[in-house]
Amino acid sequence: MAETLITYLEYPFVRNALIVGVLISLCSSLLGVTLVLKRFSFIGDGLSHVAFGGIAIAAVMNVTNEMLIVLPVTVISAILLLRTGQNTKIKGDAAIAMISVGALAFGYLLMNIFSSSSNVSGDVCTTLFGSTSILTLSSWEVALCIVLSILVVLIFVLFYNKIFAVTFDEDFAIAAGTDANRYNLLVAVIVAVIIVLAMNLVGSLLISALVIFPALSAMRLYDNFKSVTICSAILSVICSLLGMIISILGGTPVGSTIVAVDVAAFIICYVAGRFLKGAKK
Amino acid sequence: MALITAKDLCIGYDSDALIKNLNFSINSGDYLCIIGENGSGKSTLMKTLLGLRSPLSGEIIKGEGLKDNEIGYLPQQTQIQKDFPAAVREIVLSGCQGRAGLRPFYTKEEKQLAETNMERLGITHLRNRCYRELSGGQQQRVLLARALCATRKILLLDEPVSGLDPKVTQEMYDLIASLNKDGITIVMISHDIAQAVHYASHILHIGERIFYCSTNDYLMSAPGRLFVTPGKGGFKEWQKH
Ligand SMILES: Nc1ncnc2c1ncn2[C@@H]1O[C@H](COP(=O)(O)OP(=O)(O)OP(=O)(O)O)[C@@H](O)[C@H]1O
Ligand SMILES: [Mg+2]
Repeated sequence: MAETLITYLEYPFVRNALIVGVLISLCSSLLGVTLVLKRFSFIGDGLSHVAFGGIAIAAVMNVTNEMLIVLPVTVISAILLLRTGQNTKIKGDAAIAMISVGALAFGYLLMNIFSSSSNVSGDVCTTLFGSTSILTLSSWEVALCIVLSILVVLIFVLFYNKIFAVTFDEDFAIAAGTDANRYNLLVAVIVAVIIVLAMNLVGSLLISALVIFPALSAMRLYDNFKSVTICSAILSVICSLLGMIISILGGTPVGSTIVAVDVAAFIICYVAGRFLKGAKK
Repeated sequence: MALITAKDLCIGYDSDALIKNLNFSINSGDYLCIIGENGSGKSTLMKTLLGLRSPLSGEIIKGEGLKDNEIGYLPQQTQIQKDFPAAVREIVLSGCQGRAGLRPFYTKEEKQLAETNMERLGITHLRNRCYRELSGGQQQRVLLARALCATRKILLLDEPVSGLDPKVTQEMYDLIASLNKDGITIVMISHDIAQAVHYASHILHIGERIFYCSTNDYLMSAPGRLFVTPGKGGFKEWQKH
């Protein structure tokens, strides 16, 4: 088995996929804690459906570089979603559900009506579950993924303390002179970027799993923000690597294998957390 | 020029005014106590002063170069999610966020300040504990330590002693008084009139009648006398007039 793996690793596209996969899972886990705690777990879901709609538009317009359309559309939606989540009568959850289902239906409709490809449902399935896109990334996309991931990690580290303050108690942060809106906006934009990146890895239906599971798993084990963040980053990277290797060796679809590993890790952490709490008492 | 001036201020929710035409000013070094019944709008007033809510009409003028990041605030209740994983020291340190400005990390001095304030409130032994696993009074002290970290000119406290035991309550009042002596302006909401009258330099009374004056004037006034001298009817009777 190790030999098979080494043979595969000789292909540059496999190496690229592993590098990009690790970076994407690292990014997506960083903001997971914040999103879970702000009750925005489904924002990933909503935005990924928006991104799906964006891909449909790009396909219809015959744009070769999908990212150029998908990225701005998703970023703008993220900003709108976080805005509505804060101070309107439509609750964050409902707004996200509305946008997400709407974009999904709209995207599928567009693809069906205008698509020139003969295999529409195959295309849709690929976009939703990301079956092979991670293995077919062009070198341009790989470079973009790497640059954006490094940017996301850098911004997160630099603004870590502010993101903590605003996530923990927005009112206090505002009262003490922190511009909470600015940081909410920052979080929204980063989330949108991560989602567009992560669509390549797990497809748009499974992104929330990538965002939420590592954070939830880490919260079983640790009870301070820093440890939870670090632990969820490590867990996420390990699970994605494991998932990708299993899928290469076993020929299973990449996205769902990674998510399955994430679920398994959550169950292990849940049990371990129970055990540790019991031991402390 | 006062630190904070309220001019013809109307506050409330969805155009229902709770308080109308409020005029007062808080000068540097003042110790203002806001008193009034439950639901009279004290917390709402404080949030409006802090800019968390916008006033229905009128304005709040900040003077003497008071900047937003020189203000400490202790909320009455915080809707912090039950499952938030945050250690006490992380929360207290986040009080220094305002002074850090755009700087990404905390300095040694800021970390030291957080330690000092934890010591002041006797929560040093809890520093690595998870906030959600603390008792109500312990949580209150954590939030107070955080507020102290943020305070440089003015400290706004919404019922700071609720949930504290008698010993810590007295220590709290002493601590606030000593901060005030060091030049920090205090605005405090309280239901403890005896303490308010004892410590405060000014009283803002919110109710059907609104009353703003120095503590001495308040003691001489009808509502003040009725409040301080225990009797039947008391404040209610005065309001009926
Ligand atoms: N978010 C809100 N939306 C609408 N009305 C509110 C809201 N919060 C408070 N109110 C109403 O505004 C009034 C004043 O509330 P506020 O919290 O300012 O009272 P308070 O004087 O601080 O009372 P307490 O002594 O109990 O703390 C109450 O009648 C309350 O029902
Ligand atoms: Mg109140």
